[in-house]
Amino acid sequence: MFNRKNILGTKCLVEEEITTILDTADSFKEISTRPIKKVPTLRGKTIINLFFEPSTRTRTSFEIAGKRLSADVINISGSSSSTVKDENLIDTALNLEAMHPDIIVVRHGLSGVPEMISQHVKCPIINAGDGYHEHPTQALLDLHTIREAKGTLKGLNITIVGDIAHSRVVRSNIYAMKTMGMNVKLIGPSTMIPLGIEKMGVSVGYDLEGAINDADVIMMLRLQKERQSRYLLSSIREYSNLYCLTSKFLEKAKEDVLIFHPGPVNRGIEISLDVMESERSLILTQVTNGVAVRMALMYLLLGGKNDTSN
Amino acid sequence: MTLVIKNGRVIDPANSLDEPKDLLIHKGRIKAIESPGSISFEAGEKPSVIDAKGCVVCPGLIDMHVHFREPGFEYKETITSGCQSAAAGGFTSVAVMPNTNPVNDTRAVTEYILSLARAEGIINVYPIAAITQKLEGERLSEMADLKDAGAIAFSDDGRPVMNNELMRRAFEYSKMFKLPLIQHSEMLDLTEGGCMNEGMVSTELGLKGMPAEAEDIMVYRDIALLEKTGGQLHVAHISSKNSVELVRQAKSRGLSVTCEVAPHHFTLTDEAVRGYDTNTKMSPPLRTIDDVKAIKEGLQDGTIDIIATDHAPHDIADKQVEYQNACFGIVGLETALPLSLKLVDEKILSIGDVIKKLTFTPADIFNLEAGSLSLDNEADLLIFNPNLEYSIDISKFHSKSKNSPFDGWKVKGKVIRTLVKGKTVYSANEN
Repeated sequence: MFNRKNILGTKCLVEEEITTILDTADSFKEISTRPIKKVPTLRGKTIINLFFEPSTRTRTSFEIAGKRLSADVINISGSSSSTVKDENLIDTALNLEAMHPDIIVVRHGLSGVPEMISQHVKCPIINAGDGYHEHPTQALLDLHTIREAKGTLKGLNITIVGDIAHSRVVRSNIYAMKTMGMNVKLIGPSTMIPLGIEKMGVSVGYDLEGAINDADVIMMLRLQKERQSRYLLSSIREYSNLYCLTSKFLEKAKEDVLIFHPGPVNRGIEISLDVMESERSLILTQVTNGVAVRMALMYLLLGGKNDTSN
Repeated sequence: MTLVIKNGRVIDPANSLDEPKDLLIHKGRIKAIESPGSISFEAGEKPSVIDAKGCVVCPGLIDMHVHFREPGFEYKETITSGCQSAAAGGFTSVAVMPNTNPVNDTRAVTEYILSLARAEGIINVYPIAAITQKLEGERLSEMADLKDAGAIAFSDDGRPVMNNELMRRAFEYSKMFKLPLIQHSEMLDLTEGGCMNEGMVSTELGLKGMPAEAEDIMVYRDIALLEKTGGQLHVAHISSKNSVELVRQAKSRGLSVTCEVAPHHFTLTDEAVRGYDTNTKMSPPLRTIDDVKAIKEGLQDGTIDIIATDHAPHDIADKQVEYQNACFGIVGLETALPLSLKLVDEKILSIGDVIKKLTFTPADIFNLEAGSLSLDNEADLLIFNPNLEYSIDISKFHSKSKNSPFDGWKVKGKVIRTLVKGKTVYSANEN
């Protein structure tokens, strides 16, 4: 069963917990296909989306997830929150907690903020992405999408490509995928492979072409152009020449390889348009499943007692 | 006017003394050190007596690296609160870094700091003046005038001198005045935006790393310049394995280079950053277990001359923020002694060696009249119980700031009493 107070990362989650989350998401997925996409499961519950960093996809996904479960969802974005008025981060969190929310979802551009907040407030915290630390809900929706397509996770090979150093998606996926028995290979320019990451039980390489043929899943990462120090890349052009997933590369891949991207996509930089639109690409399925996984987490954090059938 | 401290174990590395002795103090000076019970008095003379049974009596500790924040940042620490914190930690002399506001780069600021310290009269305060004006790394400060005003060394601490030509000239110029340069060794272009040691832990936590090479390169550069120019280099808060080796080699070539280590750098590693406690954020950052091992070897073989705290008080508002945005540094004066005494339990150093690195050696390097119990010296003394166990409680700190990662730590070795010129400036019984 599920006894966690917070979802701060996937590092601490064990196999049974991840399976519980994915199974619960399975059962919630159908709700989003109904004509009336709402169940009363979390009626009377309040969920605050506290987003210190701009986000469209993730914030909307959390909002829809909460609303489909009948929770009241309040969005506070970085620009409208009082932190720009120099209110202490912890004070902001304590003030929100004083209004008795049931979950606070936190997104922040700097690593560690959701964990810091969780040390000061009593209500559950879901990390919606912090700096380049963790993005657990993204990893869980990735696992959900892989399991749905392949029927299993154990023994599958995934190749993750791009800016490993500045990716919170990579870190959360490494922990979760290793826990579920997958084999993880990281590919990217050597300036974007952080020190010591192979100690997380992954293999590391620089050559995309050689890392494709045994992959069951290829996950392309967003090039965080806004986070790059000017010394990491010679040019976007060269990056794209080396690491853009094109149909030429895909010829070497397994027939049933799945293509993932956590979004938002820089078209033509990480992934070519034809690959993005090919049937192997599950980029939009990832987004769809994100709602179900976030519904599952909200439900499990708040006790998971209500019946979802009505 | 007369005081006897009896029954203590007197440790005075300067005079190779480690025996049970009684001390006689008269008019603030040490007048006799005799076997227990053998100090005699004339009829009618009634000295006050301190019984130091079970305790070590040693010279008051010296900390060559503290930030007292006054003038300019009095909400973090003042000279008064800093001196109280020092006294509570067993320190009777401290050297204050110049990164105040205004910067201590002129006679007026040096004299102001000294006047405040003397007015309080708690412990001895030695100003360290800036190498460059306003710490801007552009022009040398008026070193002659600053020395005359009371500066005992020069440093741009926290703002390393990046410009090679300027650092060369600083060595040449300071040499005339026979005062050391203290460098915070960090190539800033390698650490920009960094907030912890670069390594496996920074990768996991998603925090930008500060590679050890940033320290090593500047230590090497300074040694190279020192070798050319002469002068005296003191490497502040050494933290990396390779830097220790560079200092070791330079010493073997006979260069006038010394270095210090802060207790947190031999007590903690970057593993402590997990959990994002901003009290684990300091510069240089907490490094790896390999670095800690190298530091302990350096302490053992004398490569690392002294222990200094880098006492860096920060208000809670400067620390209770995102890890990336938190100020660097922790307070250290009130935890230095017990953390250093752990080295005795670990059999890295003898208790006499620990005391030496906190008393005689810093006085020797910086030419201070302190750090020994020779007859007629001012009676700056520390009495501590080396076996008393207690828990560190930051709420009891005398410093204005409580930014320490050691809250709740069980430690051994408690300051019982600190005396300056024979006068008690801290007593555990009254606190």
